[in-house]
Amino acid sequence: MFRKILIANRGEIAVRVARACKEMGIRAAVVFSDADRAALHVRLADEAYRIGPAPSRESYLAIDKVIGAAQQARCDAIHPGYGFLAENPAFARECAAARITFIGPSPEAMEKLGSKTAARQLARAVGVPTVPGTVEPIEKLDDAIDAARKVGFPVVLKAVAGGGGKGMRLIEQETGMSAAWRDASSEAQNAFGDARLYLEKYLIRPRHIEIQVLGDHHGHLLHLGERECSVQRRYQKVIEEAPSSLMTPELRGAMGEAAVKLARAGGYANAGTVEFLVDTEHNFYFLEMNTRLQVEHPVTEMVTSLDLVKLQIRVAAGEALPFTQDEIAVRGHAIECRIYAEDPDNNFSPSPGKILARRVPAGPGIRLDDSIYAGWTVPNEYDPLLGKLIAWGADRKEAISRLKRALDEYYAMGIRTNVELFRRILNSSDFQNADVHTRWLDDFLRQPASTVTPGDREQSNADDAAAVALAMWHISRNGSRDGQKADAPSLAASEWKLEARREQLNRAPRE
Amino acid sequence: MKIEIKLRDLKRTVEISRTDGALRFVVDGRSLDADPVEIAPGIYSILIEGQSFEARVDTTGGGLRVSVAGREYAAQIVDPRQRNRYRGGAIEAEGRQQVIAPMPGKVVRVLAAAGDVVEAGKGLVVIEAMKMQNEVRSPKSGTIERMLVAEGQAVNSGDVLAVVV
Repeated sequence: MFRKILIANRGEIAVRVARACKEMGIRAAVVFSDADRAALHVRLADEAYRIGPAPSRESYLAIDKVIGAAQQARCDAIHPGYGFLAENPAFARECAAARITFIGPSPEAMEKLGSKTAARQLARAVGVPTVPGTVEPIEKLDDAIDAARKVGFPVVLKAVAGGGGKGMRLIEQETGMSAAWRDASSEAQNAFGDARLYLEKYLIRPRHIEIQVLGDHHGHLLHLGERECSVQRRYQKVIEEAPSSLMTPELRGAMGEAAVKLARAGGYANAGTVEFLVDTEHNFYFLEMNTRLQVEHPVTEMVTSLDLVKLQIRVAAGEALPFTQDEIAVRGHAIECRIYAEDPDNNFSPSPGKILARRVPAGPGIRLDDSIYAGWTVPNEYDPLLGKLIAWGADRKEAISRLKRALDEYYAMGIRTNVELFRRILNSSDFQNADVHTRWLDDFLRQPASTVTPGDREQSNADDAAAVALAMWHISRNGSRDGQKADAPSLAASEWKLEARREQLNRAPRE
Repeated sequence: MKIEIKLRDLKRTVEISRTDGALRFVVDGRSLDADPVEIAPGIYSILIEGQSFEARVDTTGGGLRVSVAGREYAAQIVDPRQRNRYRGGAIEAEGRQQVIAPMPGKVVRVLAAAGDVVEAGKGLVVIEAMKMQNEVRSPKSGTIERMLVAEGQAVNSGDVLAVVV
């Protein structure tokens, strides 16, 4: 087993991996940029190494600096987390050259399965169904029009190098093709430095269902069931759950088998995820493979009682998987929501800033994987994911009610978060009936938020409470400066307020 | 003292007084049996008719918001003591005013200098945050006493940008 692992990441996933290391008795070393000196992953690690300024290109994405830190710390393995260098075959090769184990698949498997077009070709070769469309990147607009006619409109153009909805355009009919082609290729060029596009048939009300696979270096490759991630905002996952309400034992068996077949064909080891779209007829189509640990891995952990990060580390160290496919059982239901520092009143634009106070939800069935604390400033430079709140229940209904209860307990003051969005989703009848698809949330958000019914006693008391809170807050900030001092309440200045004033004083004279 | 509150497009008046050390509230002319405790700045536990509420008041991003019972509302407060003049519906502040950065970002333009006479609502500084430009305006009509930032300077949320007297 490894003695020391370098975690080449930041944020909640760096914390998550460090926790697994500590539980296994492995020293956890981390890297950090100048913007992250005070970050939680640095505070919780056994060792921490500065690798450069805030921009990712010069720190978390700088292969030589990360490898240099691993060598300086004498680490025998590197866990890349997700994002940054996690799916970069060149990085995996550099690790091997430095005789450091990369905790993940081989660079060859990454190349075969991580590139969308290569993976789709492999899927077709081994008989895993794919969404009808082009196998090769399309050369020019005329070829795109021909291909679209062949599979039938509507179609989607997607960036070969893409992800996260960038370089992606929906085309309803042929007249929209040339504008979409131009926009998608220039967006792909800007986002990924690669303007190449491919084309797919656009499915009606599809659901996003993905299979977690796990393989060791002794020829074992199995799946840990599915996650459903159909609740997406502009192709970004917002809520994930396991199991999928759509699932039958037959469909799970067929999709699991297809995922394992594809991963095996690519020579895959370690943890990975095979993503599918499932249509209303329960046909499934391979979408892409993520050759790394996923953001949403906790929902699988909650329903299988397995620790995926520890399993990643064990198989990377050469151990055989300690169970067989038949021993994997799914118990209960888990739902995760991704809490972001986003301003819901400003089209969910990032809302960095200092966290003044917060409360951590707890209690039965609740898990919070995050990396924030009161007093910490959410930096401008990175993805604004604050963490993931996960609820487990004996069934989906209990998982939903636990998650709602935990969201009521959660707050982070000083920044805006998207917590309110989850309350709306969890309270909607569509979500409660699991009647969702990948474009459901975008439609849902176009409807106005439900208004409260006035007259209800609890609501009127809540309104009174809000009025009292606003009045108290107003007095604590403005005091009573005029002649009404005698009958105005004098609220004792708390330590907090004194501290805030001291800060103001420290700031003011800057001439 | 008496203030006006606008909450969910509903106007309400709140009177607060202290008798025998206890706070007394009159909301819209009706006496309200409320027991508030400040937990931390902006966080209040409030008991009303045996019901327990937690209310949080936050101004992140500029606007005033209050969340209670799992819902969040935009709110406005009008203090009659400060209501000497209205301009375009906005309340004009009184006295020496610090102009605060509502968000962290970079100063891309400075629109006024020390000594300038400005109207309430005039843009003083433009801050760029996450590729969005935001104009920070003067809270009152008066004279710029100090301009504390320069173009290109990075600012944090809450930093004082200028002082208007």
